[in-house]
Amino acid sequence: MRALSWIYIGAIFTFIFLPVVVLVLFSFQDSRLPVPPFNGPSLKWYTQVLNDRGLMEALTNSLLVALVSAAVALLLGFFAAQGLARIRLPGSVLMRGLLIAPMTVSYLIIALGLLSMFNDLGFRPSLWTTGVGHVVINVPLCFAILFASMGDHQKNAERAARDLGAGEVQVLFLVTAPMLKPALLAAYFLSVTFSWDEFIIAFLLTRFDVTLPVEIWSMLRSGLSPATNAIGSLVFLVSIAILFLLEFTVFRKPRA
Amino acid sequence: MSIETTDKRRAFGFVAPALLWTCAFFILPFAAMILLSLAHLEGRTVVQGYDFGNYIKIFTEPSLLKGIRVSLEITLVVTVISVVLAWPLAWIIATRVPPRYQRLAIMLAVLPFWTSYVVRSYAWALVLGQNGVLMQGLIGIGILDAPIQIMATRAATVIGFVHFFVMLLTLTIYSNLIQLSPNYARAAADLGANGWNTFRLVILPLTLPGIMTGAFLTFVLCIGDYITPQILGGNNELTMPQLIMLQLGRRGDFPMASALSVVLMALVTVAYALSARWLKMERV
Repeated sequence: MRALSWIYIGAIFTFIFLPVVVLVLFSFQDSRLPVPPFNGPSLKWYTQVLNDRGLMEALTNSLLVALVSAAVALLLGFFAAQGLARIRLPGSVLMRGLLIAPMTVSYLIIALGLLSMFNDLGFRPSLWTTGVGHVVINVPLCFAILFASMGDHQKNAERAARDLGAGEVQVLFLVTAPMLKPALLAAYFLSVTFSWDEFIIAFLLTRFDVTLPVEIWSMLRSGLSPATNAIGSLVFLVSIAILFLLEFTVFRKPRA
Repeated sequence: MSIETTDKRRAFGFVAPALLWTCAFFILPFAAMILLSLAHLEGRTVVQGYDFGNYIKIFTEPSLLKGIRVSLEITLVVTVISVVLAWPLAWIIATRVPPRYQRLAIMLAVLPFWTSYVVRSYAWALVLGQNGVLMQGLIGIGILDAPIQIMATRAATVIGFVHFFVMLLTLTIYSNLIQLSPNYARAAADLGANGWNTFRLVILPLTLPGIMTGAFLTFVLCIGDYITPQILGGNNELTMPQLIMLQLGRRGDFPMASALSVVLMALVTVAYALSARWLKMERV
């Protein structure tokens, strides 16, 4: 049974890591196709993508949309969670359901709805419209994470602060936010990741300025190339770096 | 005004911005889409009407009806395979891996999550292609004489999807498994159950919430995804999202795209209704 377990874990990890290994390995390919035989290593595709203006502009756009839309989503989600966690309001359940609803709807449908609405209103597709769409998909996430992490001890601290004369804004930013720091950071970075990697909303709601996934998509149409491997590996590397940074700073368990 | 009413007002004030945003950019567009699905196209202009022509067409025209069937088949197959592959992995990590390494093992098991979604499908295209690593490898060790066609078939779509959802399900099932006390298995053993019966009658039913949460997520994400079938599946059989994009792109037929989206939503709602009794979405 023990041996079988390790064989199974080995097999499934091979399956899980196969595409990633192939992606990264052939980003160092020396010839023009990212398929065997491997000849290299060569860094020429990295030089190429880092000097590609369209790609670097798309990367900047993506970063901008991700950082800003996640911040808006975090604020909206934080306020909503604060409002709903602290007192029982008439219609609480309905409001919670409404805030969570976009989570259960395919991004394609959200994008299509927004596209028709913006068309009717005469708004042109742009990074702004994409940002609006990304806030829509990230509010439920931020709300759910923050709502779940709000508890009694924090409610008591808020009450104490108010009794001692703190204003609403002071309570929010000097008491609530610091107490929820891990949850706030988790919600923010998850939102950034979702927005950063989101394709279909950005595809339908941008036109001239595009985001990175859309730019990569158009690279795919011109066939297989190690350049796509290179940009894909770079993005992966950045995500992993952020992940480890978070793991070892924010989410590190205090030692007993 | 009592303190409580002031408090309630303030609380409403906090919730309002998020609610307004959700209504303006989610509910309203969705309502507009339902309305649009009742319109039709004359030439290239949209004529608003109130007929079910688009829906009738979806359920009568073979190419569209096939889209629903293909989407459902792929989604069901992917969900089942992913659960079957993920459960043992989650179980091994939860019971065989020493506790201090479990977090590391889970992080490793979902590491490829952090590649971009588009890039991950592209990477599978590299692996599965005629000249790709898999075929060349199998030929190299003598299992195959010539490459077989996997790319641009349903199999490639399924493999791409399963890869993604095995990671997702491993997470949901693992978090369910570690909450179970080992006493359940011990009690079952004391009462004379063998390993198989303990698994079948005790452990498996206790992990149903984790399985169903993950399976529902898989269903929703899989049936609505455009990227994976578009990159890996080829053009022989189109899924619903591909059909929706086709309506938008080639013909600019927004009403038909909207009607297809509404049908897609309806399928997700049915799936939710079927799995609702097992879904445990914490406090929300």
